[in-house]
Amino acid sequence: MTRIGVVVFPGSNCDRDTLRGLELAGAEAVPLWHEQGALDGVAAVVLPGGFAYGDYLRAGVIARFSPVMRAVSAFAAEGGLVLGICNGFQVLAEAGLVPGALLRNRGLRFLGRDVRIAAERLDTPFTSLVGDGRPLRMPIAHGEGCYFAEEATLDELEREGQVLFRYVGADGRRAGADGDPANPNGSLRAIAGVLNRRGNVAGLMPHPERASDRLLGSDDGLPILRSLVAAAARAEHAATRPEPALMGAR
Amino acid sequence: MSEFRFAVNVLPKTGILDPQGRAVEGSLGHLGVDGVSGVRVGRRVELTVEAPTEVEARATVERLAGELFSNPLIESYAIEWVEIHAGVAG
Repeated sequence: MTRIGVVVFPGSNCDRDTLRGLELAGAEAVPLWHEQGALDGVAAVVLPGGFAYGDYLRAGVIARFSPVMRAVSAFAAEGGLVLGICNGFQVLAEAGLVPGALLRNRGLRFLGRDVRIAAERLDTPFTSLVGDGRPLRMPIAHGEGCYFAEEATLDELEREGQVLFRYVGADGRRAGADGDPANPNGSLRAIAGVLNRRGNVAGLMPHPERASDRLLGSDDGLPILRSLVAAAARAEHAATRPEPALMGAR
Repeated sequence: MSEFRFAVNVLPKTGILDPQGRAVEGSLGHLGVDGVSGVRVGRRVELTVEAPTEVEARATVERLAGELFSNPLIESYAIEWVEIHAGVAG
C-alpha cells in the first residue's frame, strides 16, 4: 500500500482528519513529526491545516524553518509530491515552494463555512480523478486566506497553468473579486489553490479532508485525495523500477 | 563583544491591501476624529545581538528581517538602532 506522510507541527489540528481522509482514499497514512529530518520513505507528503507554532509572526513562517521542512524542500526539489492544505498552503508559500502569499481575509474575519471551488486543471497529480470541472463543495476555516501575488506573477501563473483551483458560485461561474460572496476571502483572481512550476507541489485553502465522507456533509474532497494517492503510487512504482536507459548501459 | 539592541519595523508594502489599517481608519469616525488617513498596521520586533562590531550585528539583523520577520513579497521593513551596551563580558 502506498505510504503518504502527514506532517504534524505543534499547533496542527487537521492532521488526524487528513490521515483518515488519506486512508479513505486508499493510502497507508503515517504522521511525520516536525522535528524529524527524514521522511521515512513516504511516496508523498501532506502539510495539514491548523495553526503551526501558533501562527506567531506570520502564518506558516516559523514552521518553514523546522527540520521536517528542510526534508520536505529536498523531497520537492527531487520531484516528490507535496500537498499543503490551508495552514499547510501558508507554510508552502512562506517556504517559497509555491508562488504567492496568503494575506488576512479582506473582511478581516476568520471564516469557517462551505465554499465551492473548481479545478482549472484535470491533468495534475492532485486533480486527475476529479472527473470534470464541476464545483466541489468543501469547508474553509482560515483567517489568512486571501491569495496574493504581483500582477506579473498572476499572469505567469495563468499562462503556465499553475492556477489549480478557483472559487466558484454554485452554478460553476468563476467568483468575482472583492465583495462576491463566492470569493470568501477576496483572493486575487479568485485563486483557491496553486501549483509550483514543475507541477509536483500544490497548495489550497479549502479542506478536502473535511469533505472526504458523506457523513461529513460532502465527499467532494475525496477525489483530490484519491488523485494524490494514485499519483504517489505511480511515483513509487517508477522509483522501484530500474530506468531502461540505465539497464541498457549495464 | 558588545550588545546591540535593534528594532525591526515591518509594514505591509505600499499598494498591498491592508485590511487592518483600513478597519482602524474606519473606526476613527467613532472617536470623533477626522482628517486622519493612510493608516497602516504592521509589527515591531525588538532584539539584542551580541557581536564584536555594530556592522556585524546589523548584518545579522538584516538577515533575520529579510528571511524571518518579513515576507519580502508583501512586507517591507526598516531597521532601527535602539541602544548599545559596550564591553559585555565574553
